[in-house]
Amino acid sequence: MSSTTIQIISRSKYYNWLVKNLFSSWVNTILTVIALIFVYQVGSFFLNWAIFDADFRYNFQGELIIDRGFCSKNIMPGEYGACWAIIFARWNQFMYGLYPIEEAWRVNLIYALLPLAIIGILFDKIPFRRYFIYFTFIFPFLAYFMLYGGPGLSVVGTNKWGGLLVTLFLGVTGIGLAFPLSILLALGRRSKMPIIKSLCVVFIEFIRGVPLITLLFTANVMLPLFLPDGVNPDNLLRALVAVTLFQSAYMAEAIRGGLQAIPRGQVEAAQSLGLSYWQTTRKIVLPQALKIAIPPIVNTCIGLFKDTSLVLIIGLFDLLGIGRAALADMTWTKLYYEVYVFISLVFFIFCFGMSRYSLYLEKKLKTDNS
Amino acid sequence: MQTNFFRKIIFDEKSRSLLIQTLVIGLFALFIYLITQQTAYNLEKRGISSGFDFLHISAGYDISIRLIPFTSEDTHLRAYFVGLLNTLMIAVCGCFLATIIGFLVGIIRLSSNWLFRNIAYVYVEFTRNVPVLVQIILYYSILLNLPKIKQAIVIFDNFYLTNRGFFSPSPIFKDGFSIVAWSLVIAIIFTFFLKRFLKKKQEETGKQYPTFMINSAIIIFTPIIFYYIMGMPLEFDSPVLKGFNFKGGMVIRPEFLGMLFGLSIYTAAFISETVRSGIISVSKGQREASQALGLKSNFIMRLIIIPQALRVIIPPLTSQYLNLTKNSSLGIAIGYADLVHGFGGISLNQTGRAIEIMMMVMLTYLTISLTISFFMNLYNKSVQFKGNA
Repeated sequence: MSSTTIQIISRSKYYNWLVKNLFSSWVNTILTVIALIFVYQVGSFFLNWAIFDADFRYNFQGELIIDRGFCSKNIMPGEYGACWAIIFARWNQFMYGLYPIEEAWRVNLIYALLPLAIIGILFDKIPFRRYFIYFTFIFPFLAYFMLYGGPGLSVVGTNKWGGLLVTLFLGVTGIGLAFPLSILLALGRRSKMPIIKSLCVVFIEFIRGVPLITLLFTANVMLPLFLPDGVNPDNLLRALVAVTLFQSAYMAEAIRGGLQAIPRGQVEAAQSLGLSYWQTTRKIVLPQALKIAIPPIVNTCIGLFKDTSLVLIIGLFDLLGIGRAALADMTWTKLYYEVYVFISLVFFIFCFGMSRYSLYLEKKLKTDNS
Repeated sequence: MQTNFFRKIIFDEKSRSLLIQTLVIGLFALFIYLITQQTAYNLEKRGISSGFDFLHISAGYDISIRLIPFTSEDTHLRAYFVGLLNTLMIAVCGCFLATIIGFLVGIIRLSSNWLFRNIAYVYVEFTRNVPVLVQIILYYSILLNLPKIKQAIVIFDNFYLTNRGFFSPSPIFKDGFSIVAWSLVIAIIFTFFLKRFLKKKQEETGKQYPTFMINSAIIIFTPIIFYYIMGMPLEFDSPVLKGFNFKGGMVIRPEFLGMLFGLSIYTAAFISETVRSGIISVSKGQREASQALGLKSNFIMRLIIIPQALRVIIPPLTSQYLNLTKNSSLGIAIGYADLVHGFGGISLNQTGRAIEIMMMVMLTYLTISLTISFFMNLYNKSVQFKGNA
């Protein structure tokens, strides 16, 4: 008796949901049908292309695909979908660029340690957080030693770096270096000293007013002109300078938003306790301001991570650059969609993850305050 | 005495800030001085001359996409203007299209239909989490994979979609067309005054007029009437396949379309989010109160919701327009001849005047950005609450 009642209720719950969300009126019903047809058409087309009719490593005859001539879609046009073999064939380049493959374990190690290095910053309620933070500070030196080489490890020049390695390097290092710089810029912009304030305003507004690509060009072409003989930063370093300056301006604006949200009473109370400017800033203002500013900061980080793809234009081989190089190879040419969809997916995973993290933080901060 | 002097510098806020600022400006001046010295030395050593005289040398390259005539004999200065116009063209078209898509998607995201809402959500998440450069290149390669000229996709008999672009008939204006155009301008000005008049009338009498319908009718029918009065002074030149290419008509090149789709689809995702949050920000009580007053639903949207939502939407919308304009510099990746590609790329390589050219390009973008901010701020002021502190 009781079980049937529950069944009826639960069925009516689904029924109610369906009526409310999909079939509330005639117009809505028609829209639902149109949307269903659309989803079915697009979804089935994409799934067939990307999975069901696609080649992965072997074509439909069971042969290992070693160039595009082996792709099923090129043997039987119109019958088959994507040919993902290009991704498998170029996997090492997508991950490491031209990094010597016998040394690739070094990159893998850093990839594996990267989550450990940032987990301490991302979440504040993990066990042994303090040790994770210590590791965060050691990590850049470890990463430099492992990736570039040094005593005991062969040197791998940055011109051999590529693919995801360059994308992550520029993204993570750019964000890491820009963070302290942006705090200084944001504080400077709110400073009472007119000269410092105007220098910061001009810097921030200039950087935000020009496209990143012009900064990359400038760094690439003009940095060697600015520097004395013998000091000749390589291409990756030049791009890093541009990316860091660019990111610091945007991040400074996000932090400034946080600073503005701190009630004046906080500063006044700190001053009346006899704290100096730097004590007030470090112990009272910044902890609160940064907490508020984290979601917009994460948003600028997502933006920067996507913008690292621009370095392809100044001749670096990031993920997108490697993809284009693969397409320029005569044996794989014309597999555009496979390459670009794969690259989009990689960027999507990272950026979507970051935006979810930002949402999670926003929710957490909301409950903290109320 | 001396200790007092030092004490004052360290502990007195005014003199300390003076000291710090003097130090900073001194260091800054030193930095600038060192860099200029070094640059001058480096330029001399490499035999690179400087100055802006190169602007009057003939450019020696051709630009395929141009709004004003340009040949390879024209100067670099003219190449600069061709590039600038192309940048402005893609920025304006991109902002326009992105706004339309963005508002549409933003409203769909608030639809009561679960499926519709989530299709829009998937669109937003997928487009805004993939770099705009990847999207531009992806759409461009789709456009390049369209059928060849010979197998062009024909739309409405006279439009052809091919891997060389979108071919469409081009209008030929004959004598008397200017009168038709002027009649449209006058009709628009007239409707503006009519709207004010009808509004005043409404405020006096309380009677509502179908202002929008009347004005639309005036704007649509006036030029049509004049068009027939002037004896149909407009003809179309359709593209015709001759040999390996189309003759006549006009073509929108795939580089432009790729940029347009990439920029507007990407930016629209961000705009839709600002539109959504803007509409959400209008409190529920506003809608309920206007329903209680007996307003029809389209009036509620037009008179109550949208004016209030705009207050929230305009500032982030401005920064999206700025982003789109700056992202239009990515044309270099697919060969769209914008400012960075032509003047900042080819001219730079030919003349070697890196500093001058990059400075001009950056200042141009800065000017465009500041101009957009200026006008959007003006517009923003006009939609803000009056008397709102």
